[in-house]
Amino acid sequence: MTGLRGLDLTQQLILLLAALVLFTSFVMLAQSRLVGLVRVFAWQGVLLAVTTGLVAHVSGHAHLYISALLTLFLKGLLIPWILHRLVIRLGLERKREADANRTLVQLGGASLVIFSYYVALPAVQLSTLFTRNTIAVSLAVVLLGLLLMIVRRKAVSQVVGFMSMENGLFFAAVVATYGMPMVVELGIAFDVLVAAILFGVVFLQIRASIDSLDVDRLNRLNESEP
Amino acid sequence: MSWALALMQTALFVAGAPLLAGWIKRVKCRLQNRRAPPVTQPYRDLVRLFRKELLLPEESSWLFRAAPYVIFGAMVLAAAVVPLVALRLPTAEIADVIVLVGFFALARFFQALAGMDIGTAFGGMGASREMTIASLAEPALLMAVFTLAMSAGTTDLSVAIERILGSGLVIRPSFVFAFFGLLLVAIAETGRIPVDNPATHLELTMIHEAMVLEYSGRHLALIEWASQIKFMIYAVLITNIFLPWGIAMGFGAGALALGAAAVTVKLAALAALLAVSETLLAKMRLFSVPQFLGFAYLLCLLGMLSHVILEVGG
Repeated sequence: MTGLRGLDLTQQLILLLAALVLFTSFVMLAQSRLVGLVRVFAWQGVLLAVTTGLVAHVSGHAHLYISALLTLFLKGLLIPWILHRLVIRLGLERKREADANRTLVQLGGASLVIFSYYVALPAVQLSTLFTRNTIAVSLAVVLLGLLLMIVRRKAVSQVVGFMSMENGLFFAAVVATYGMPMVVELGIAFDVLVAAILFGVVFLQIRASIDSLDVDRLNRLNESEP
Repeated sequence: MSWALALMQTALFVAGAPLLAGWIKRVKCRLQNRRAPPVTQPYRDLVRLFRKELLLPEESSWLFRAAPYVIFGAMVLAAAVVPLVALRLPTAEIADVIVLVGFFALARFFQALAGMDIGTAFGGMGASREMTIASLAEPALLMAVFTLAMSAGTTDLSVAIERILGSGLVIRPSFVFAFFGLLLVAIAETGRIPVDNPATHLELTMIHEAMVLEYSGRHLALIEWASQIKFMIYAVLITNIFLPWGIAMGFGAGALALGAAAVTVKLAALAALLAVSETLLAKMRLFSVPQFLGFAYLLCLLGMLSHVILEVGG
């Protein structure tokens, strides 16, 4: 409580939003419908953009406003829209994904949060920014994205997990050092956009060759039916 | 003086619980375009049940007869622990919030025993379902309690609320998570939609009702009253922990009146919110209740983690 009371309301709000970004990662793990997954991913992008905007407001770094707008436009609107359209086009909007034991996966996610807290402790002690405590949160978002990629079988969910990992990295850059240089950030943002489009092409290719987006089928070498 | 106030607060708690139930029913009826019963309808139902003849199943033992009194007694004692209008009452200092969870467990234990005592299929089935839900809800409840205790540095409800009030308006991420987690636990534990539907007697779905199916007369009245008190305890816990403003710090008449008015408004608002959610949601399958409670547990766990990660260091 002592740590929080030294901050003003905007700074407390940033911490709350950071916690909500972490929460959306858990909701993604729990979400079994692809359309819902894409929607939660969009919310994560929006929350990330708002957090970045608030950090820009508090720290006075004007370039962070630009990355906040870029995040809102790319990760909150454009990429989710592309993914949503892909899901509709592939006819997957009504499919539920049967994955591993969901409660177990979520508890695994919680232990990943504890692990990233433990790992980030030394880095936290070196920093003097008020956002230093959220470094652990951003690391946890990266690891949870990885977990999502591991437990899901559908290629679309794996791409969402990948994009969510990128969200975590961006978040880490914002809270740990108030953002990367503008050129790097622009480069990464457009890389991610290109990746989203390329993944769409790959989805269509995968479906054309194995008639499904279940990547486990790629392990089979013969052509007999399962 | 303070003991008299504590007794009065407990009496107010016990007497006010049916009113809260009636209010929820009324809001819900309005939302669903039905004609609403008066707010005092639960009192009339209780009076009617108390007057009715008591019928006992042939196979029942003393346990079946004792259980309603144990359940009601546990709930009244639990209500005495929770600060409703004023803080620093002697009853709140005797027992902390973990004892409160213990009272709930005691009442649940006897209810399940009474359900199994008569040896009917429904009783056993209801008892087993209730225990399944409770075994998942209780860890989440305790985790929410620990989040509160870690933030306030105590498990004593009265002191904790005082410290939260004393620190002014602080946005705590852990409290946001604990609030929603506790809300889900409360819905599951008090048998509201979407976990259970207290208004149905369909054998496939009922949980709580299946256990009390054989009760009649004053026994049934006591059990119904106890479950109304339990609901009110959860509602008061949620409102007074997370929105403590207005609660009386001293024992002056003005402060007490303000505390009573504040808690009435807060409870009415929370109940209206619940009525809206009950109107919007459909009852879920029994087999998806573990997922629902797993989510509640996750929320409370995230509350705890975000307290450790975001709020302590620094």
